[in-house]
Amino acid sequence: MNFPKELKYTKNDEWVRVEGDDGTIGITDYAQDQLSDIVFVEYLVDVGESIDKGEAFATVESVKAAADVYMPVTGEVIAINEDLPDAPESINSDPYGEAWLIKIKISDPAELDDLLDADAIENLERDH
Amino acid sequence: MPEPTVFELSSPGRQGAYFPEPDVPRADIPKSIMRDDLPLPEIAEVDVVRHFTRLSQLNHGVDTGFYPLGSCTMKYNPKINEETVRLAGFANIHPLQPIETVQGAIGLMYELQEWLKELSGFDEVSLQPAAGAHGELTGVLIMRAYHQARKDHKRVKMLIPDSAHGTNPASSAMSGLKIVQLPSDARGNIDMEALCAECDDTLAGIMITNPSTLGLFDEHLQEVCDCVHEAGGLVYGDGANFNAIMGISRPADCGADVLHFNLHKTFATPHGGGGPGSGPVGVTAELAPFLPGPIAAVIDEGSEEEPPLYSLVNPKKSIGRVKAFHGHFGIMVRAFTYMMMLGGEGLRAASEHAVLNANYIQARLRDTYTIPYDRICMHEFVAEGHWEDAPGIHALDISKRLMDFGIHPPTNYFPLIVPEALMIEPTETESKETLDVFADTMIKIAEEALTNPELLQTAPHNTPFGRLDEVKAARELVLCCWLPENKEE
Repeated sequence: MNFPKELKYTKNDEWVRVEGDDGTIGITDYAQDQLSDIVFVEYLVDVGESIDKGEAFATVESVKAAADVYMPVTGEVIAINEDLPDAPESINSDPYGEAWLIKIKISDPAELDDLLDADAIENLERDH
Repeated sequence: MPEPTVFELSSPGRQGAYFPEPDVPRADIPKSIMRDDLPLPEIAEVDVVRHFTRLSQLNHGVDTGFYPLGSCTMKYNPKINEETVRLAGFANIHPLQPIETVQGAIGLMYELQEWLKELSGFDEVSLQPAAGAHGELTGVLIMRAYHQARKDHKRVKMLIPDSAHGTNPASSAMSGLKIVQLPSDARGNIDMEALCAECDDTLAGIMITNPSTLGLFDEHLQEVCDCVHEAGGLVYGDGANFNAIMGISRPADCGADVLHFNLHKTFATPHGGGGPGSGPVGVTAELAPFLPGPIAAVIDEGSEEEPPLYSLVNPKKSIGRVKAFHGHFGIMVRAFTYMMMLGGEGLRAASEHAVLNANYIQARLRDTYTIPYDRICMHEFVAEGHWEDAPGIHALDISKRLMDFGIHPPTNYFPLIVPEALMIEPTETESKETLDVFADTMIKIAEEALTNPELLQTAPHNTPFGRLDEVKAARELVLCCWLPENKEE
């Protein structure tokens, strides 16, 4: 399973790419593989909203299950990926690129320290 | 396509029925609401009958084969239920008829309520809800009404184990409550530490399915209920798995305050496309004033010569109606017939055999399939549908291959806490021979997964349709076989 070194991760399989004060968020290759074919993406937030760490900001639905995606850190939403609801399959094909979910202005960079690096998530104990 | 659509059978000018000329004046229908583009199929009666008979034969049902769909309790539905529900006194009455002319029907509702009370230990039952999830919503609304009547407005938190049916969080969210998910421990019970940490004065309650969707009786049930009650919360019992405990364990005795029954699962009425459900709700005396009405009641006990007089009553602080008229009355007649035919001893035996059958299959599959929470199960168990040395095989492939052998697949990918879950519920109505055929087939499929994985990945091969494109079905929600001309893009 692919976990790019430059990203930060949650145990719940969200990733964050940090660029300055901004963060781009998506779900991991492992998450898309477990969910299998993604058929719907629904956003629960709008640009401009501030969302706390741990709150759900989107729902990703596959032929198997629906899963909420949670904020890895607190922040204000500055962009959502408008193309994604029309092409949810791109989460399966390019989870770290084309299929980013939202971009945020990170409120407290110290929260990033609680996240996992690529080695840590790769070594997480998984059921499967 | 093994059977064309009824529209494709249409032949211009052909008619199945000829209507006489109207013997009343024709109404003047405004031109603006008349249409001349109603493309109904033109087809003879015999072809309609053959078409729908053929379609019915393409289906798989309890009457055609084994149906181990976990948590759905697809038991055989005795045909006598269909006879009683067609008795003129039940079939030819109207809900608005004067109540003194439908005493038998209201009496049946009353007796059904009494039986459900006896089986569950609750003080009152309402037969209103239309099915399981509707019963859940009703039960949660009752819990909310109880807290609000006590002006305890801060109780907005509902605890839901991670093995719960998806309808549990949905019912709570619909009732305006905040959902907190509880993890399961290594034995599949509710994690007590996580539970206790959430038991504070904002707790509205907990929703427990017992036995759980893992088919396990929670070993801490009493402690869970005590912990929630001490914090001032209420315990909701999801009765989806009631088929495991009839006459053995009563939810109210274990600490539940409210519970819904699934008459269509536990009490052998048609469901899953075969008919509507029915989801009565039972409550403790404390919650009884909030039940939805109407509820059947005896208003005059009668005497040796005179039968009792039944009526319908509405509880004092009722959350209100949740269903038109009396609920799904036809289902009540069928369920009550089932109870009468089995009696108390028979219902207990049904549960015992349901549990025995599930344990038998679990024991036969244990060496071939991973059983993640491997202990004595109740009426169902969950296996994992994957193997390390067959990396390309998923639970779905096993299920599709089962269809080639005339067996309905188990529930797939649920509960979510088990990877590649296959949830297997045989029910008590299957013989040992049927269970053995199923176990042999599952073992055979496990061998095929190693020797010929493609056979599974391309299954089913022997059904009217092959592997359906589930992604396309989920993404392109087109249910019409054609679009009206002016809507075509």
